[in-house]
Amino acid sequence: MFRNNYDNDTVTYSPTGRLFQVEYALEAIKQGSAAVGLTSKNHVVLVALKRNAEELGSYQKKIIKIDSHMGVALAGLAPDARVLSNYLKKKAMENKLIFDKQIQTYKAVLSIADKAQENTQGFGSRPYGVGLLIAGYDETGSHLFEFQPSGSVLEYFGAAIGARSQAARTYLERNLEIIQQETEVEKLIVHGLNALRDTLSQDVELTFKNTTVAVVGKDQEFITYDDEDVQQWLDKLDSVSNARNREEETEENTEENTHETNNEDNQDHPTNEDRMETDE
Amino acid sequence: MNHDPYYWGRPSDEVYGQYNYNIANAKNVEQHNQNNSNFPKMNTQQPIITGTSVISSKFKNGIIIAADNVGSYGSLMRFNNIERLIKVGSQTIVGISGDISDLQYIQRILDELEIQQEVYDNDGGDFLIAPNVHEYLSRVMYNRRSNMNPLWNSIIVAGFDSEKKPFLRYVDLLGVTYHASTIATGFGSHLAIPLLRNLIPENKDYINVNEEQAKKVIEDSMRVLFYRDARSGEVYSYAVIRLNEETGKIEFEFNKKTKVEDQKWRFAKDIRGYGSTQH
Repeated sequence: MFRNNYDNDTVTYSPTGRLFQVEYALEAIKQGSAAVGLTSKNHVVLVALKRNAEELGSYQKKIIKIDSHMGVALAGLAPDARVLSNYLKKKAMENKLIFDKQIQTYKAVLSIADKAQENTQGFGSRPYGVGLLIAGYDETGSHLFEFQPSGSVLEYFGAAIGARSQAARTYLERNLEIIQQETEVEKLIVHGLNALRDTLSQDVELTFKNTTVAVVGKDQEFITYDDEDVQQWLDKLDSVSNARNREEETEENTEENTHETNNEDNQDHPTNEDRMETDE
Repeated sequence: MNHDPYYWGRPSDEVYGQYNYNIANAKNVEQHNQNNSNFPKMNTQQPIITGTSVISSKFKNGIIIAADNVGSYGSLMRFNNIERLIKVGSQTIVGISGDISDLQYIQRILDELEIQQEVYDNDGGDFLIAPNVHEYLSRVMYNRRSNMNPLWNSIIVAGFDSEKKPFLRYVDLLGVTYHASTIATGFGSHLAIPLLRNLIPENKDYINVNEEQAKKVIEDSMRVLFYRDARSGEVYSYAVIRLNEETGKIEFEFNKKTKVEDQKWRFAKDIRGYGSTQH
């Protein structure tokens, strides 16, 4: 039943020096829907794909504002993210109260990293099951950090976490130089949505309901766009589904109608693999 | 009824005998048996070793702040080597008058603050500037006064704000804060402020004053204080923090063991009063 004898707690190393519970926590991030972050000199953009548990339910919250200069996007266990973001909010307020100054992004990130690390070193505790992308703009400029339950934090020019995020990372890598040079926020957001679009599974498109966008930067307080407010950004895209699907669609459209019915069947019964990933 | 303020309202011992705290298993029995003091818990009631005035002024592109090196025990000049200007970070000075032991405590917490904020987990750039230090100190001072256990000091924080404008702000044992272009604590608020205000009549006027003018008035003020403040000393420290407008860099100058110059004591023979029997 167990994968091995060394994954019952976080105080026991495997003989090869691994902590399986921590690695499982990192897997939990991949169960969540994708979130993408990217930076230019003066701005940081976060975009994320929201899921709804069922047709009649609301969509989950993927981006949380911490302070006027900082916010996070999450992938994984949302309740864990709430706890971490509340802690960040508390730290940000403390810093304002005691020093009359906004907390530096780097310090805020390290504060939750220390918190997460403690959970990887105790018997009765479980590592957080959530990954965060932290976007902040402070006196040292724009910053994007990735937080992991292992307690590691790394700074990125562009990063993506969550289901099928490799596709978004590939987009960001290919367009890194253009993105870094970008001076207009609008274009940076479009790049973010292009990257997010590549993470979509076959039967899904970016809509104003399932997409969320946030920006922070120079002379720009942290702002989140949801629902109707997102449409303005989607309108700037050439397509709201990912490239792979578009190729398939065009192929299928040129062929006969029988194939289209097949395509609909596919939509009703997504592959098992997809279902695993889209369920939370 | 007992009318002693500390036992007010209780049955008097003369009539009823000593009160037996063991009645009804009163929880404070041990406390009364161990602590025979007639007084309730007390915190600092007065400063012991004290430092007198700190005086400071803005000028066009910086600030200047001065304080002498005396530590007085009542009217006795007990110490003459107390440094009352504390450098915090690279561009802030905290000048402290009042109780010297509390000064040393503040010095310690500022050192800790500097270690915590500027060394530990610092990725560069996030340095404490004068407004941050002042806000922190004002929280400490107000917290202590709210616990009825104040740090018995008046403090001036001098430096630059985030827009690289001169910053000068006061906080004291009550947690009161204010900012002005000229600030002096203690006796200086009576003797030095008139001279400083003569140079800078209103807050906005500091931009018309250059460093030499400000320095001269500070020197004059230190001399007047040495003449007329019986708790002051002849040797003082002063610091100048200026923004070099050509390089855009902030320059820090800390001068110790400066003497009060140009002393003329001819006026002294005419001084009468101060409890003297001579008239």
